Amino acid sequence: MASAFSATAKFAQPLPLNTTSSARSQDKLSPPALFDPFRTSSSAATSPFLGSTRQLLCKSNRPLSHRRSSSSSAVVAISDVKQKKPKSSSNLLITKEEGLELYEDMVLGRSFEDMCAQMYYRGKMFGFVHLYNGQEAVSTGFIKLLTKDDSVVSTYRDHVHALSKGVPARAVMSELFGKTTGCCRGQGGSMHMFSKEHNVLGGFAFIGEGIPVATGAAFTSKYKREVLKEPNSDHVTLAFFGDGTCNNGQFFECLNMAALWKLPIVFVVENNLWAIGMSHLRATSDPQIYKKGPAFGMPGVHVDGMDVLKVREVAKEAIGRARRGEGPTLVECETYRFRGHSLADPDELRDPAEKAHYAARDPISQLKTYMFENKLVNESELKAIDKKIDELVEEAVEFADESPVPDRSQLLENVFADPKGFGIGPDGRYRCEDPKFTQGTAQV
Amino acid sequence: MATVFQGLGATAAITAAANPLDSNKFLLSSRRSFSGKKTSLVVVRSDGSLNLNTGSSAGARRLDKLVTNAVATKADAAAAASASKPGHELLLYEALREGLEEEMDRDNRVCVMGEDVGHYGGSYKVTRGLADKFGDLRVLDTPIAENAFTGMGIGAAMTGLRPIVEGMNMGFLLLAFNQISNNCGMLHYTSGGQFTIPIVIRGPGGVGRQLGAEHSQRLESYFQSIPGIQMVACSTPYNAKGLMKAAIRSENPVILFEHVLLYNLKERIPDEEYICNLEEAEMVRPGEHITILTYSRMRYHVMQAAKTLVNKGYDPEVIDIRSLKPFDLHTIGNSVKKTHRVLIVEECMRTGGIGASLTAAINENFIDYLDAPIVCLSSQDVPTPYAGTLEEFTIVQPAQIVTAVEQLCQ
Repeated sequence: MASAFSATAKFAQPLPLNTTSSARSQDKLSPPALFDPFRTSSSAATSPFLGSTRQLLCKSNRPLSHRRSSSSSAVVAISDVKQKKPKSSSNLLITKEEGLELYEDMVLGRSFEDMCAQMYYRGKMFGFVHLYNGQEAVSTGFIKLLTKDDSVVSTYRDHVHALSKGVPARAVMSELFGKTTGCCRGQGGSMHMFSKEHNVLGGFAFIGEGIPVATGAAFTSKYKREVLKEPNSDHVTLAFFGDGTCNNGQFFECLNMAALWKLPIVFVVENNLWAIGMSHLRATSDPQIYKKGPAFGMPGVHVDGMDVLKVREVAKEAIGRARRGEGPTLVECETYRFRGHSLADPDELRDPAEKAHYAARDPISQLKTYMFENKLVNESELKAIDKKIDELVEEAVEFADESPVPDRSQLLENVFADPKGFGIGPDGRYRCEDPKFTQGTAQV
Repeated sequence: MATVFQGLGATAAITAAANPLDSNKFLLSSRRSFSGKKTSLVVVRSDGSLNLNTGSSAGARRLDKLVTNAVATKADAAAAASASKPGHELLLYEALREGLEEEMDRDNRVCVMGEDVGHYGGSYKVTRGLADKFGDLRVLDTPIAENAFTGMGIGAAMTGLRPIVEGMNMGFLLLAFNQISNNCGMLHYTSGGQFTIPIVIRGPGGVGRQLGAEHSQRLESYFQSIPGIQMVACSTPYNAKGLMKAAIRSENPVILFEHVLLYNLKERIPDEEYICNLEEAEMVRPGEHITILTYSRMRYHVMQAAKTLVNKGYDPEVIDIRSLKPFDLHTIGNSVKKTHRVLIVEECMRTGGIGASLTAAINENFIDYLDAPIVCLSSQDVPTPYAGTLEEFTIVQPAQIVTAVEQLCQ
């Protein structure tokens, strides 16, 4: 079948960017080589894209009430494939090692967030804490396909994104406790998880403000390849955000720019149907977010975000597309948060039946079931992982508890990368040269 | 380093529409024309002579004589010295471009992004020719999405590039306030120092020639509270190029304020490479009686008033503060300690402007040296009217400066 991402038959192709003026005049005459919406990619035959928008588009004319069933058609596609073929391990979606890795990552996310809730109610962390319970499939499904050099940008619901990307649990827990050993030295907190080593670019408190930053990281990747001529620069950036953000101007502005310049970015919408107490259906004129991708010239894909294997398949294609330089993708993951918006949210507006429906589709249970049915693992192996994660999280708490709180001397550090930015004091010396500066008591 | 610059007499630059390179089109007005409506440009050379093209010879001669008197002897010596160096003459927007081009040549991570910076060459011609030389990706024409492309610049800065984001008019950056405040200013801190944001955000602001309220905003007053950023304002071709280069090389996020009416100032600048210190103020005219602190376009109104004051026997010390955040309290303090009187002349609004902050800072640090309360002349707290007469009443004019000095020095 043709390349899966042709959502509409035709849309305008922007003039390609060039790095030299001579190339520019040539390209006006000849069509650009890279982009062809109908070209079958070389890997299409071997890895058919299971979340095809082509299939979904035929069904998108259905009214809203059928939205669930239309989305489940993408779900059906994957299980159809599984049932039609004979049960042999070569046709499974994952190997045993991959399965264990996915399971461990999701259990880590779940246990960590449960521990956060405990610690919050015991008064070890404060402020706004937004937990990720129930959405682990999205984080694990996407981030476990990335390399260390790829970047992840998230929102305030960022603990699990940081953990999936490789930030140690003890660093994240310390950050939540506000200790100096936290990944941001205690200066960021729950909503600002950053890691230069693991390329986690935040952690943003205002929704939507991370999307342009992610677009910038993708721009750097393209710039490094085309201007700085670094041949291996094909780093991909993932931007995670929610359904509420999809009504924000920054989202649309960045969809436009990313598609225009074919930036290596994947926009991942974690549609958990609720923005604090605002139902997605009450806030959005057209709730089918994936349809907004083709409007900007990129494929829009809808996937069941409670099933890590489906998410992983979609992610493989989207990340592969970005890495090959074919441009961005908008992926809408239908998911759900089992807890309230934050630990301060009483969560009274959501229908218990809805919560029960999604609780029955717990991503961790689903993966377990899949692995047992396909005889990939046995009970004891999973239990061993559970125990390992429990110990890891306990150890992270201990580490955070024992870590020191920041000193006064840390107050003025890191405000400027170059502390000369604090200026020249009345005595003619730079304020950062004042000995009281390192003590945190200088007047700036 | 502080240059002794004789930036005298330029009451206003021509409107942006006029061809800046055709000096014959400049109209010359007499000294008293700031109450009139003629556009005028007096082209000043750093060797002290004036380039007068048309206009009454009497007025021209008078101006010429005043120029040499209005500058202290120390400046004359420096001027004579600089006259012997070759240097090259250019307009302020060309100086900005020269600085930008030199930095882009020097480091290929430096890139520009903004509306119409590429093929159009920049709405004030600061980036003219750069897209042809460096390509469309290094001089990026963005769609009209300030918040998003400023954020994109910040993301690019975090991941290794050194972008310069141009706001076509500084007022448009109000749309990018979210990114400038939250990400540009704070991200280095909230990431615990892991990510640096070596971004430069620049653009023209200030009150122009009947551009209307929204295109005449002074954003330095809104941005000054954001922790983690530096703000500088250029006022001459020399410091424009120097500050541009320094801002690009700085690891901190820097906002460089240019002024719509100053782009066509001409000056002779050195051929050799130089940068200006981002945190230092510039001594424009040393004096004894009173310290006048100013920046950007008001510098020229102050120097205009200085000529009148010198004729009346006063000796004002004029300092172009240049660094709006942080203030150079050393240069300012030394001046206060010498003259004991301070007049601040700014284009910001009265409420919450740079002058308000500067007044507070000087009072806090140098109250013992003041013989009189600090006087701050700012623009009126009104949206800038379109009508030319009203517009002139909203900003500070040289006559008001003269009156204020006379009152302070009683």
